[in-house]
Amino acid sequence: MNYLAELVRLALFLPPQGSSLAREIDWLHFVVITCTLLGAFGIAASGGILCLRYRKRVDRDQTIRRRGVPAPLLWAELTVVLGLFGLFVAFWVVGYWQYVKIATPPADTYDVYVSGKQWMWKFAYPDGRHTTDTLYVPVNKPVRLILTSRDVIHSFFLPDFRVKHDVVPGRYTTLWFTAERPGTHRIFCAEYCGTWHSRMLGQVEVLSDVEFQRWLSEGEHERDFPLDPDMPLANAADSSLSTRGEQVAAAHGCLRCHTVDGSPYIGPTWAGLYQSRVPLEGAAPIDADVAYLTESMMDPLAKIRRGFAAVMPSYIGYLGPGDVGALVEYIKSLQHIAGGVRLAPAMPAGAASYVLPDTGPTPIAPPAGESGQPREQPKRTLPADARDQAPLPQPAPAATEQPQLQRPVPLQDGKQP
Amino acid sequence: MTLPAFKQPTAEAYDQAAEPMPSYLLAQTGFSSWLNTRDHKRIGVMFYVAVLVSLMLGGVFALLFRLELLTPSRTIMDAVTYNRLFTWHGIVMVWLFLIPSIPNIFGNFILPIQIGARDLAFPKLNLASFYVYLLGAAIVLTGLMLGGTDTGWTFYTPYSESTPTTLFPVVFGVFVLGISSIFTGLNFIATVHMLRAQGLHWNRLPLFVWSIYATSIILVLATPVLGLSVILVGIDHVFHLGLFDPNVGGDPVLFQHLFWFYSHPAVYIMILPAMGVISEIVPSFAHRSPASYNAIALSSLGIAFIGFLTWGHHMFVAGISTLDAGIFGILSMFVAIFSAVKVFTWTATLYQGEIVFSTPLLYFFGFLFLFIFGGMTGVAVATQSLDVHWHDTYFVVAHFHFVMVGGSVTSFLAAAHYWFPKMFGRMYSERVGLLSATAVFIGFVLTFLPQFLLGNAGMPRRYYSYPPEYQWLHVLATGGAFLLGGSVILALGNLLVSLRYGPPAGRNPWDSRSFEWLTESPPPAHNFEQPPQLDRGAYDYQLTDEEAYVRTFPR
Repeated sequence: MNYLAELVRLALFLPPQGSSLAREIDWLHFVVITCTLLGAFGIAASGGILCLRYRKRVDRDQTIRRRGVPAPLLWAELTVVLGLFGLFVAFWVVGYWQYVKIATPPADTYDVYVSGKQWMWKFAYPDGRHTTDTLYVPVNKPVRLILTSRDVIHSFFLPDFRVKHDVVPGRYTTLWFTAERPGTHRIFCAEYCGTWHSRMLGQVEVLSDVEFQRWLSEGEHERDFPLDPDMPLANAADSSLSTRGEQVAAAHGCLRCHTVDGSPYIGPTWAGLYQSRVPLEGAAPIDADVAYLTESMMDPLAKIRRGFAAVMPSYIGYLGPGDVGALVEYIKSLQHIAGGVRLAPAMPAGAASYVLPDTGPTPIAPPAGESGQPREQPKRTLPADARDQAPLPQPAPAATEQPQLQRPVPLQDGKQP
Repeated sequence: MTLPAFKQPTAEAYDQAAEPMPSYLLAQTGFSSWLNTRDHKRIGVMFYVAVLVSLMLGGVFALLFRLELLTPSRTIMDAVTYNRLFTWHGIVMVWLFLIPSIPNIFGNFILPIQIGARDLAFPKLNLASFYVYLLGAAIVLTGLMLGGTDTGWTFYTPYSESTPTTLFPVVFGVFVLGISSIFTGLNFIATVHMLRAQGLHWNRLPLFVWSIYATSIILVLATPVLGLSVILVGIDHVFHLGLFDPNVGGDPVLFQHLFWFYSHPAVYIMILPAMGVISEIVPSFAHRSPASYNAIALSSLGIAFIGFLTWGHHMFVAGISTLDAGIFGILSMFVAIFSAVKVFTWTATLYQGEIVFSTPLLYFFGFLFLFIFGGMTGVAVATQSLDVHWHDTYFVVAHFHFVMVGGSVTSFLAAAHYWFPKMFGRMYSERVGLLSATAVFIGFVLTFLPQFLLGNAGMPRRYYSYPPEYQWLHVLATGGAFLLGGSVILALGNLLVSLRYGPPAGRNPWDSRSFEWLTESPPPAHNFEQPPQLDRGAYDYQLTDEEAYVRTFPR
């Protein structure tokens, strides 16, 4: 029976069944689709047969027509209609029952706060860690996501788990699942949210108990990732300020939007930016000097580069002076890479790749000692060390339902945030 | 097996009129005689031209973005252009094509003739409806092209309030188009109530009239809500009042409630007239009365009524309570029941008929399969737990295109062929008609069947780029879209050529008993030479054509 279900699932192109709910939802899916196919083919075929059987013949006289209309069989009509109604009600009963299950998380959940923003996902864990675009969850443990948006409506969609929920600004919505085995699963944004809607992607890393514990402990370690200039760098060999800037850029998610190879993406590229002439929206062009770069981090909406949307959040209070200096040095170091050319918007290599690693979970955070080395794919494989402290939303809902997103308090059973 | 060709009647021996009145096409000549006309038939023809231009425009937008979807990343355009194109496609197809298509062309032309009236109740309002439509279309298209609106046709807040593109002209144009819809709806309701011919009781009303009547009720009741809510979004976009903006206390989900309160019934504005067309075509070609007149007529009213109570099924994952979701789910099932009643009745009408196979009937078979498939997947997406996976994926896109294109466009083409002899007095080429109907079906299935599978696989809608493993299904869909576009052009080209070169059709080429076939083809300016006095129903196929004529125009 399971083989048969697996076969039907493949025939219908359904993604793998990653969650505890997926299997039973798929059963209903199979039944409903089978009825659809039977209905469409059955009635169209009977129409075709009737059409051949009663086609107009030259030799037939007009007696059938003169006989008038055969009286409709009321009992037959009623049987068919009531039978169909019974079928639909059965779909509804099972579907509603499952829907309530999807909407009702069990008591003992691992909670993660999710905030959507054009065009990325940010995850805040109970112990204060943050990640961008990659959600780490333990296997076989109910996980509840508490979702909100900073700007427009998004929709958090996990096809492998058969769950989805809109992510609405000013509201907190929830979604839960229990992943059944370790692996990697896609996250899509399903509600149209602007230009790069189709790049608002992420992935869920389901970790085995051992790996999740390791991630938790290493994550603790990662929080001391030395971004503060007063702290010694882990790897003295890479202690130049621009290398530091690269780490800062990766850790704060700057490279989610800004490329370093000259291709424009959500934000302007950094390649060749320093000292170049920057065309502004509604103002005269200016030179990209240190003051402009600093201002763009602290008050990004003050000067909008022409052709780009005003979507960058302010990093005031999130980047220390040392970090800003490091970032400026990093951008300076990219001055002579060909950039500033208005290429077709294309994906920078490694950014938001659609190709998921199929070799199990991505390697979890490397030890802190290695983290100073340049990474080839700073965004996607950004491990758990991403201490993402970008500003979080303050959408002004009722004060009672505003959880502390900075450092979420683990929820007690049944208590609302 | 070859089906016997249908022999067209040549002479109308019982037509005693010495000097036939000139047809509406020739009664007056000159450009201004068209622009100032109050004749419902001429207004219908003018709508025909405008609506076909909209269909072409919306189709070109669709083909362009289908071309973009050939490859997982950039093919021919950037994301900004892609987002604009699917928005333009949706807005043009919904408000400029689908909503006015069958009611304003065939409803305008055929409905007064079918009830034996000289014209609609308010001929000047009818002309005003056309000009308001043109004005609205001009505003919408100017806004779309110059402002580059990229919100999707649903204008979801708060994105639509913060989009850097222009929004106000577009929603204002939609508002103006709504006024045109309301004019037409009012006119049809008044006409059906006031201008029925002597003897045309409600239980003899042609089924097409029933469905247009039901459509008009929705047009009049639902359109004001749409007009108001999109105007609110437009005002919000310009003045930042924040009606739907949570940062200042507005509620973005409220907009979805308001929008779908209109836009779900609007789906029935698009499909009910299509069902009316089918309800005329099946008896005409099966040459027998509908298996159950009451079932078809009353289910139209049932759909119009229940259609107002199902809008929440668009929001199962938007944050409504589970109780709401349960209620909206079960109410949505009723629509499927009413539709199923119609489907069974049409199929049963073929039983013991005397079926002549021609282009409109072939379109009916395409419609039958596609509409059942689209309708049953509608039941599927109304099943809440399944909708959680399918919502906002290609599955939903495929579902509503099965109903809107497979249902409405297919029967639009069926109506275009079925009433072509009546409207223009000439026959089209049957061979080209059958060929194009087959090609439309194949092209359609090739375009949208893969999209069901894409939706199952999890592909969200409105995606500019997508994971590479979805590519081959997208390639199929793009190929199908071009076949579909080409075959619609072929079908319409066939009609266009036949306007000039087709053989004369005669009064009643289909040997139908519906009332519109009792007047000349094309009809004279005031439809009938003498007012009909009916002593029969519209589907009395036990009468011969001559008996039917005498019982309509007693001497």
